[in-house]
Amino acid sequence: MTTASATAPRDSPSKWPLIDRLGLGMAWAAGIMLCLIAGAIVVYMLVKGLQELNVDLLTSHPQPSLDQSKTGGFLDPMIGTLILTVMGTLIAVPLGVATAIWLAEYGRPAGLARAVESGVEMVAGTPSIVLAIFGLLIFQESLFAAFSFTAEGGAVYGRSFLAASAMMSLIALPLVVGATREALQSIPSHIREASYALGKTKAATIRRVLVPAIRPGIATGATLGMGRIAGDTAIVVILLGATLQLQGIDALEPFGTLRGTGSTLTSYVYVNSPAGEGNAPEKAYAAAFVLLAIVIALNFTVDWLARRGKEGSAWTR
Amino acid sequence: MDSLSVPPPVRRIVVDREPTVVDPPAGGNGYAPPPGSLAPVIRRPEPSAGPKVERMRTHEVSVFYGGLEAVKQVTIPVRMGEVLALIGPSGCGKTTLLRTLNRLVELTPTASRGGVISLDGGDVDALEVTDLRRRVSMVFQQPNPFPMSVFDNVAYALRQQGAKRPGKDELMPYVQDALQRAGLWSEVVDKLDHPALRLSGGQQQRLCIARSLAARPEVLLLDEPCSALDPRSTQIIEDLILTLREEVAVVIVTHNMQQALRIADYVGFMFLGELVEYGPAEQVFGHPREQRTREYVSGAFG
Repeated sequence: MTTASATAPRDSPSKWPLIDRLGLGMAWAAGIMLCLIAGAIVVYMLVKGLQELNVDLLTSHPQPSLDQSKTGGFLDPMIGTLILTVMGTLIAVPLGVATAIWLAEYGRPAGLARAVESGVEMVAGTPSIVLAIFGLLIFQESLFAAFSFTAEGGAVYGRSFLAASAMMSLIALPLVVGATREALQSIPSHIREASYALGKTKAATIRRVLVPAIRPGIATGATLGMGRIAGDTAIVVILLGATLQLQGIDALEPFGTLRGTGSTLTSYVYVNSPAGEGNAPEKAYAAAFVLLAIVIALNFTVDWLARRGKEGSAWTR
Repeated sequence: MDSLSVPPPVRRIVVDREPTVVDPPAGGNGYAPPPGSLAPVIRRPEPSAGPKVERMRTHEVSVFYGGLEAVKQVTIPVRMGEVLALIGPSGCGKTTLLRTLNRLVELTPTASRGGVISLDGGDVDALEVTDLRRRVSMVFQQPNPFPMSVFDNVAYALRQQGAKRPGKDELMPYVQDALQRAGLWSEVVDKLDHPALRLSGGQQQRLCIARSLAARPEVLLLDEPCSALDPRSTQIIEDLILTLREEVAVVIVTHNMQQALRIADYVGFMFLGELVEYGPAEQVFGHPREQRTREYVSGAFG
């Protein structure tokens, strides 16, 4: 009887009912198709982008000109993407981590916690164009005049790196909250109790035990958020002005730049695509390739951080 | 077909039955292991040579989870120089009683407590809870070092709230002392900067003991500290507990009756929240006074 398992026919899909075989086949096909689509995007952008890409494009400022050969490169949009991503993340991470810690570790009164939760969910579900319009309304108030350029009549322009970063942080915020909260919830309660049992307060436990333990989770959320910020167009077009060059207003640098307008790779691709006004598709391809490379690099960083987080905390097994 | 007609033997546990008290046999030290008892097979610890000082005492302590009385009016002393083992089936209040001693049970939102717990004569409710927990330390079932270096795990327990953070050089003697007392120093002396989670399970548990000892507590609570460990690590930790009882009062919760027999000086048997029997380990295992204890230690239920 001990050899029964060895001689018994193995479970093979060829013996399954037709419907199960069809299901399996479709699952396979769907998976492979997705791989092909992803591969096609990367290969297409790689070929198209690398054909057009050169050092000059990366290092020269874009110029308004009717002559295509004189329109320059996309240095300014690259810097714009960089500034917006960094600033948006810098705002979103502390806010998001604090929210997640409050939700996961305190969460009292329960009604308020539920309200905060649905607030975060609502922000996550709001289309970025709505956030952009909302941001424009807010930042055109004279209260926020310091954040952007004010015209002679006293009208506040409302479009600047500061305004755009603030709204961009809302895009990243739910991702940071989600990842941080998940990381906190994956820490077994006996870890917290071990700290209390040493005579530590809740605050000390959070600061010295929980926050170090969730660092990979925070990093994952932040990186996901950066990817979303780098890829967003609506807020750039509406709230950053989408001007070709960085147009700082004459104040102390670099604060002047932050108060001024600019563009990012996304808006640059839009403007230069056949749909836009620039009509320089080859430059759009090159910029799109750079953008894709940045986002893919961010995604790999997320994977790496998540893996490192797993081996770092064995008691979460 | 025959076997189906014979009903299996049923052994009922009668909770409210009047206990049958059997007097100890006269003569000798009042104790002679009856034939077939567990006692002769297992190595017994030598009694501690040091003085026995009462550190803690619970007086008619009850714990309620909502309406459920998880611990029923338990009065038990905790003495230095002795290992007190709490035995009994799962869900009978052993861990709850242990967690009551350092007021960790208060973290459970529905829990409430009655009765008095004293530490060195004073009521524990009068102490700041963080002070109490520095004096009555606890080790958990799962090894749970913090995600930091070996050194920092021990140093974390030493750094006091609000006080100026002492430097590494200042803390080193204390960390070394704690690790030595937990019998881990020689194994980690080169690895003080390594992440604690890279240590083996047994080493992690001894690190947790070192961490608990670092603040020089008076009482050490151990909640099934060996149940996640291999036999060799278990033996190391049991030997360690026998050494530690000289300087701290040790209370250990265990499912493992043989373990209680190996290391305990006194044993409390808990059943459905009640402390059914409390006495020297030889007496509880070899000559239980109560019917329920006798049935439990002989393996009739569990």
